[in-house]
Amino acid sequence: MITVTTNNSAKNTAKNSAEAGGDVRLCGISKTYGSFTAVRPLDLTVPQGSFFALLGASGCGKTTTLRMIAGLEEPSSGTVFLGDQDVTNLPPYRRPVNTVFQSYALFPHLDIFENVAFGLRRRGIKSVKKQVGEMLDLVQLGEQARKKPHQLSGGQQQRVAVARALINTPKVLLLDEPLGALDLKLRRQMQLELKRIQTEVGITFIHVTHDQEEAMTMADTVAVMNGGRVEQLGAPADLYENPQTTFVANFLGTSNLIEAEVDARSGDEIVLRAGGGKLVLPEARCSAPTTTGGKVLVGVRPEKISLTHADEAGEIPAGRNRITGTIADSSFIGVSTQYVIDSPVCPEFEVYAQNIDRDPRLVPGAEVVLHWNPAHTFGLDAAQDIDAGIETVEEEGAAA
Amino acid sequence: MATVTDAPPLAPAPAPKERPPRKRGRLTPYWLLLPGILWLVVFFALPMVYQASTSVQTGSLEDGYKVTWHFATYWDAVADYWPQFLRSIAYAGTATILCLLLGYPLAYLIAFRAGRWRNLILILVIAPFFTSFLIRTLAWKTILADSGPVVGALNTLHVLDVTSWLGVTAGDRVLATPLAVVCGLTYNFLPFMILPLYTSLERIDGRLHEAAGDLYARPFTTFRKVTFPLSMPGVVSGTLLTFIPASGDYVNADLLGSTDTRMVGNVIQTQFLRILDYPTAAALSFILMAGILAVVTLYIRKSGTEDLV
Amino acid sequence: MGLLRWFKRRLVVIAGLLTLGYLLLPNIVVTVFSFNNPKGRFNYEWQRFSTDAWTDPCGVADLCGSLSLSLQIAAWATLGATVLGTMIAFALVRYRFRARGAVNSLIFLPMAMPEVVMAASLLTLFLNLGAQLGFWTILIAHIMFCLSFVVTAVKARVMSMDPRLEQAAQDLYAGPLQTFLRVTLPIAAPGIAAGALLAFALSFDDFIITNFNAGSTVTFPMFVWGSAQRGTPVQINVIGTAMFLIAVLFVLAGMVISNRRNRQKA
Repeated sequence: MITVTTNNSAKNTAKNSAEAGGDVRLCGISKTYGSFTAVRPLDLTVPQGSFFALLGASGCGKTTTLRMIAGLEEPSSGTVFLGDQDVTNLPPYRRPVNTVFQSYALFPHLDIFENVAFGLRRRGIKSVKKQVGEMLDLVQLGEQARKKPHQLSGGQQQRVAVARALINTPKVLLLDEPLGALDLKLRRQMQLELKRIQTEVGITFIHVTHDQEEAMTMADTVAVMNGGRVEQLGAPADLYENPQTTFVANFLGTSNLIEAEVDARSGDEIVLRAGGGKLVLPEARCSAPTTTGGKVLVGVRPEKISLTHADEAGEIPAGRNRITGTIADSSFIGVSTQYVIDSPVCPEFEVYAQNIDRDPRLVPGAEVVLHWNPAHTFGLDAAQDIDAGIETVEEEGAAA
Repeated sequence: MATVTDAPPLAPAPAPKERPPRKRGRLTPYWLLLPGILWLVVFFALPMVYQASTSVQTGSLEDGYKVTWHFATYWDAVADYWPQFLRSIAYAGTATILCLLLGYPLAYLIAFRAGRWRNLILILVIAPFFTSFLIRTLAWKTILADSGPVVGALNTLHVLDVTSWLGVTAGDRVLATPLAVVCGLTYNFLPFMILPLYTSLERIDGRLHEAAGDLYARPFTTFRKVTFPLSMPGVVSGTLLTFIPASGDYVNADLLGSTDTRMVGNVIQTQFLRILDYPTAAALSFILMAGILAVVTLYIRKSGTEDLV
Repeated sequence: MGLLRWFKRRLVVIAGLLTLGYLLLPNIVVTVFSFNNPKGRFNYEWQRFSTDAWTDPCGVADLCGSLSLSLQIAAWATLGATVLGTMIAFALVRYRFRARGAVNSLIFLPMAMPEVVMAASLLTLFLNLGAQLGFWTILIAHIMFCLSFVVTAVKARVMSMDPRLEQAAQDLYAGPLQTFLRVTLPIAAPGIAAGALLAFALSFDDFIITNFNAGSTVTFPMFVWGSAQRGTPVQINVIGTAMFLIAVLFVLAGMVISNRRNRQKA
């Protein structure tokens, strides 16, 4: 695959752009088309040299945001800064920013060499041969230089698109769903390769994707967008473990959400009532205001939950959150088994159990107790739509 | 290794205090449109106005014409030339239907059955355009000649007896009869039917035929329920591209027909270029235009195909 | 039974080939009769084989003059219609502007109008303006009716073009002019070429509109029309056949070249 580590030129460019430097700062940028608001006023800082992902379903405004940074869309309001430079009014061809387009947008009438050389030539550089050769070697397409784009495979075209943008050593590389057209296996491979290239060249990457796994695998920081605004921003693990909204909880992985009522507070823990049982939630992990008697949505990830047959309920250690229910469905995945539990507090409770010691009694119809460490519980504002982010994931899946 | 420093500086950083609205080419489309649209307005739309005005003028060539709102010209034109109008519609309509019947199999053949011969057949459909259509129309005089093999064969098979009885041929002749004119019209406008048909057939995914077969449709049912409906855009534009020019044509009626096959195009041509009765010619032309526009509008509405252009 | 099935399966192919025969029959006749040595003034009946006309294609007065006039007019009309039509097509596909509907109708109407109507109305304009009928009026008319066809051909191509290609060019430091010259124009070229070819064919072969607006100028189709009344020289068939063969050879050569190029690259 792509061997960045052995290439000196890439390291030089990394140093160079580090010196030129600067964060990408969006100050109150928004975009409206007539009465439709694609992006609500947005403040965002992408630190220099980071791998930043804009994650969201189609129509959430992530691509529009990217295109405003590239200069392909004019913001309706706000300012775009690259370092200290206000680039809001610069057309795309004056911005030190390059884009890897969705479905690549390789020039069909030019061969691979000329595609990669395009940016250099437009900036008036005469001797491009060496540089293009090096860049093509970098993406392992040296042999294909004289072929036309349509003669290459999807993965090769993708690498040409990356090479064509990277050769200009932009301050920021924008990637618009760059892996969307690749099959699953190739996509996994390219995710790692892009990540490695980014680490090597040190250029800021802003990556737009609807694939939450892709965003979490590649990015240092992920901004989850929904309805034209950023719902939550943070490191992938942080977003996953501490979602602040139902949309993030459901869009990033799967969450079991239970409606509960605040019963009492004890120290830094909140005690909640749900369907007759009691659940404990650390106050630090609750993003919603809690008043006694008020509603809160309690969430827990399916893999945090242990499953015990009702007959052995007594063996569960004290201090764990518990819920009883009946197994409605189970599917064997290989590394794990996924159960759907019908419980009075939540009609479809999902549990992922590692296949270490499988209990043969855990079949549909069996009475079970679900239990988990209260530290894995998170609390959300109950005023939100409990299903936000669920349907859109399925739609995206169908589209992809 | 060339680095960024080799390149000229990307942009002098402008520091506008208040942002001027970036009018990236708001006027560009108008400049692009201007010359061509102007051309069409002056040499297509404006002449229509002149023609309308001419049609209500009276006077003579020597004394000049004046607008007198003499609408009677229209009534006289219709009263004098209604047979030619009817004939135009009948001939053009028949030719259009024949073009569809003849053209569809060939378009289908090119789209689905021709394999590696596809391009060659397409070339053969288009290439005759380069032999002047007048020369090719004259060739029909040879083909349909009274003593020629075609007429001979039709006579032997007693086909001409039937067509004579129907009134489309006269006696032992084909030339100088309606049949010859319709035959010429059909021939001349057939490519205008085949090409749009082929374009819309070619877009049909071949797997749809397999899917229809898989869902128990026999070949003819597949055609009726899947292929033909999907080719409707081609049928609509093909019939229009055939009917419109055929209805105004006077070359076929002149070269292959007789005085009994004169179409409205012949009348307009004669009035304009020989008799120099401009008001009558303009009125006839105006009626033809209005009729065609009505037909086109209705037809496009009915067929629901809005984007023919 | 077997024969019937064989026939049924190939019904479409047989019908299609019969139509193709119908389309090509006049061309065959034209070609054969270009070797005729007719008795009278008209070349409608076969007499005996002769290559006289082929060895002396310009042997008829005014024939080659009218041919060269037609070629000239077609070349200029193609140039004019292609430039104007391409500009309109780009405006229609790439920009939002007022009166789009009116512009679309103005493009569509010339194609939905019988030629004789356009011919007659344009003549009333020229008569009213007192214009001298001849080369220029023919050229004006030809550009007018070719324009819409060019717009249609170019528009189809530009519409199928991914707008991201132009954005990619801009992203890669190409200004508006560079983007147009280096990306847009080369990719739209096949559509423009198709439009130009169509315009050339339409203009070269036009008779009805030319007949109204030519005055005493004689183009090739008008020469043929006139000879249909006075007597058809064999040379007409020679030129018709030659044009047909040249067109076919051009296209075949183009196909062979592009095939070979693709094979080399692959």
